[in-house]
Amino acid sequence: MSVLIYTENAEGRFKKSIFEVVSYARAIADQNNTTLTAISIGNVSVDELSILGKYGADKVLNVTNEKLKNFVNQAYASVIAEVAKAEAANIVVLSNSFSGRGLAPRIGVKLEAGVVDGAVSLPDQEDGKFLVKKTAFSGKAFATVELTSASKVIALTPNSYKLVEKNSAATIVDFNAEIKPADFTAIIREIIRSTEKVSLPDADLVVSGGRGLKGPENWAMIEELAELLGAALACSKPVSDAGWRSHSEHVGQTGISVSPNLYIAIGISGAIQHLAGISSSKVIVVINKDPDAPFFKVADYGIVGDAFEVVPKLITAIKKYKASA
Amino acid sequence: MKILVCISNVPDTTTKITFTDNNTQFNINGVQFILNPWDEIALARAIELTDGGKGSVTVINVGEINTEATIRKALAIGATDAIRIDAKPHDAWFVAFQIAQYVKTNPFDLILTGLESIDYNGSKVAAMLGELLLLPSVSIIKKLTVDGNNATVEREIEGGKEVLSIPFPFVAGTAEGVAEPKIPNMRGIMSARTKPLTVIQPVEVKTFSEVISYETPAPRGQVKLVPADDTAKLVDLLHEEARVI
Repeated sequence: MSVLIYTENAEGRFKKSIFEVVSYARAIADQNNTTLTAISIGNVSVDELSILGKYGADKVLNVTNEKLKNFVNQAYASVIAEVAKAEAANIVVLSNSFSGRGLAPRIGVKLEAGVVDGAVSLPDQEDGKFLVKKTAFSGKAFATVELTSASKVIALTPNSYKLVEKNSAATIVDFNAEIKPADFTAIIREIIRSTEKVSLPDADLVVSGGRGLKGPENWAMIEELAELLGAALACSKPVSDAGWRSHSEHVGQTGISVSPNLYIAIGISGAIQHLAGISSSKVIVVINKDPDAPFFKVADYGIVGDAFEVVPKLITAIKKYKASA
Repeated sequence: MKILVCISNVPDTTTKITFTDNNTQFNINGVQFILNPWDEIALARAIELTDGGKGSVTVINVGEINTEATIRKALAIGATDAIRIDAKPHDAWFVAFQIAQYVKTNPFDLILTGLESIDYNGSKVAAMLGELLLLPSVSIIKKLTVDGNNATVEREIEGGKEVLSIPFPFVAGTAEGVAEPKIPNMRGIMSARTKPLTVIQPVEVKTFSEVISYETPAPRGQVKLVPADDTAKLVDLLHEEARVI
């Protein structure tokens, strides 16, 4: 019995959400007095792989087969399930990323394992049970799910578990994965990187704009504010529906759910569907000219005022703060 | 082309979520149920792809009799026929297993789901179906076009997108961008009443997960309002008190 994590990389680097997976899985391994093995697939340097040890991985299996260089859902699921069996791992943890959400269910079926997606806290293993809390109703609630199967798969929500650094090192071992041609019918034609500097699902800070901004031509100040803070850009549903911003920025019940440390909502009234997607943000700031906007009821800090006056002033204040810091 | 669209019956997006029986049951009292918004996108694209006699669209739902209003809505929007597997949808594994059993004897060229249901947000049925049916699956797509025996799909990734070419048959979960949801017209609503809706019995399957309890997010404290002309104060609070910048 052991814990296995799949540490996905983006162009050879691990994101913070992956180190969260390592920290989280380390804690599960400690709960069960067992070891933590990581599997990395693709072209990742030894330096980068060794960071996994810093967060508590005991061993890193490095799969560098040329055919597995880019993510192929079916093939990666086969490799991870094969390793889980070889390592007698009964708990598999991965990130609830776009790729992770495609992988976890396939691994679950292969291992006849119960799957918890969108996990937000460590398993409760009292009385021999295995209970995991996850988001439900698009962020309006949490559900505690009991996994009753011998094997278990958990996909961890980014920004929901704190990084814990351990003063440890991992053994890095090359692993030659079996390649099944039947897993390669889907072919990647192209990978298009967006020009946005910070990707929304991974972001620690998010600046979000709503209909109160009146039109796409007024986004320059939102972009400037985000750039200053190193924040990702987001928007409400009416904004993406109107084509002012891309659907990939739409946060809410039928868009992306985010859980950043700071969510700044500008000119967004706070419809229940929008609030669902941001409810697990640590700190919420609302700027809106309507003092009765429902968003103020769930905000930590608020400014009642016209965005066109407040945002430029806020930009100036942040510049001043940065200059003095 | 034969397309199968898997649909869920979910609480309306405006629903205030509450629980009963010591927080073990979702309180359906007064809740309006709808066709899952993501499934509407899948259905709309399926109808577009088969428009003009180029195929058929079957919708399938795992649910008890109370989901039939939602199934009829899908038929009114333009599905050709419907299957209801008469069981409570215990979890994603249960639902995927039931649908896979049906598809094994009734093959389709393309199987679509919404990227997730807005109640449990699992995003699991598409990939589980792919695994159970030994088909490729793409869980979150933003675009789907057909090119002979292949489809081109765009998949969302953190910080970009990936363009894939996939031979039929395969499974995909649709997100915004794939199609605009369609609103049923009067003719659709009338014809939906007479379109075939076949009820079949579930097969036995071992389950691996149980929802034990629910909770709602802890309420936040009273909002701290900062005067509109004192943005420096807000920056100060975010730095000193909230420690987020």
